[in-house]
Amino acid sequence: MAKITFNTHDNNTHTIDIQNGLSVMEGAVQNDIPGIDADCGGGMACATCHVYVKDEWLNKLPAKEDGEEDMLDMAFEPKNNSRLSCQLIVSDELDGLEVNIPSKQA
Amino acid sequence: MNKTDVLIIGAGPTGLFCAHQLGIIGLSCEIVDNLDKAGGQCIELYPDKPIYDIPAVPECTGEELTNNLLQQIKPFNVKFHLNERVEEIKKVENRWNVKTSGGVEFDVAAIVIAGGVGSFEPRKFSVKECDKYEGNSLLYSIKDKTIFKDKTISIFGGGDSALDWAIELSNTSKVNLIHRRDGFSGAESSVQKVKQLHEQGKLNLFTKYQMESVVGDKKIDSVKIKHDEGETKEIKSDYVLGFFGLIMQLGPILDWGLNINKKTVEVNTESFETNISSIFAIGDICSYPGKLKLILSGFHEGALAARGCFKYAKPNEKLRFEFTTTSKAAQERLGIKK
Repeated sequence: MAKITFNTHDNNTHTIDIQNGLSVMEGAVQNDIPGIDADCGGGMACATCHVYVKDEWLNKLPAKEDGEEDMLDMAFEPKNNSRLSCQLIVSDELDGLEVNIPSKQA
Repeated sequence: MNKTDVLIIGAGPTGLFCAHQLGIIGLSCEIVDNLDKAGGQCIELYPDKPIYDIPAVPECTGEELTNNLLQQIKPFNVKFHLNERVEEIKKVENRWNVKTSGGVEFDVAAIVIAGGVGSFEPRKFSVKECDKYEGNSLLYSIKDKTIFKDKTISIFGGGDSALDWAIELSNTSKVNLIHRRDGFSGAESSVQKVKQLHEQGKLNLFTKYQMESVVGDKKIDSVKIKHDEGETKEIKSDYVLGFFGLIMQLGPILDWGLNINKKTVEVNTESFETNISSIFAIGDICSYPGKLKLILSGFHEGALAARGCFKYAKPNEKLRFEFTTTSKAAQERLGIKK
């Protein structure tokens, strides 16, 4: 279980518990966090679960797999701290992770 | 005006199988899809990826599934209207008058929405002023490449479309290719070709840059780009092209008065009819208690929606439940000769 904080573009903060093994995207969708569309359902095929990871977390996250960076090329305003939340699998190590959700996903 | 019993919106697996089910019970249909080919997400998002949960098909790719479904509906000679998006629907007496983006019109008894997560549209630049130039000097697809001859073109993106067009247009235009990182997602041979053209001075390559703004009056004059480390450049451009792949959007369906909840259309589970009578919704776009977003669920939904269409298409007839194994009528419709 990890506590994950989502800062939405309207300056609201949502902190939720997500069980280990789920993706950060799945946790967000199950908890109705606004701004995570996840159109393709976690297939790394759409870039609509794009988040910006707080800098201090960037190096603590598992590295990007092939394809994630390619998909991020398609995301709305990608930055160096961009990740696809469907590729971030929750574990105890992710407890306290904080991400910002972009103003829109497309 | 195309007159048919049912219009299916969306040529993904669910829409294709619904066409089969309509054909079996003797109803005609036509299919509209915004993509240039049938298959929907199966063909656009994962043509080569395996699917393992189609009943009685242990493994197949998105492309194989699509081809098999097209094969299965062949006997019904279903007419496809590709590269068309349904824009307007209007009730005329007991039928629907439907218009597409390309001006195609239909007169149908019922509509089946099998639109998945929406129609595929090009992803756009996030810079606001871009809207102003869209269609004249800022484009997301190329219809007539001759307009670029001897012009300066700035292409954004790192996938195959961006690379292929950069290579092709570099023959007749001055091309700037701008991408947000050093790596590209397009084919390695194209990446090498682009780098070679860059070294030969036949193309300008700007990596780790993204669009900051566009400058111009009625048409674009130049585009400002910004490096990861903050440095900006202004490059003269007659045309700006963006190739960021496709995104799915519900589009005009939102305006038809359907009960929509979280980008999905509410339906009953008896016939998959929506809150508007004679409009049905099946596949990923429909929602009901227990909905599973699986292709197999879409097949079931399509079979029931097809039967739901029957009373609107043939109000004076009664639908008989029959098996294809034994039904003479169904076998005739399938063109089976004994």
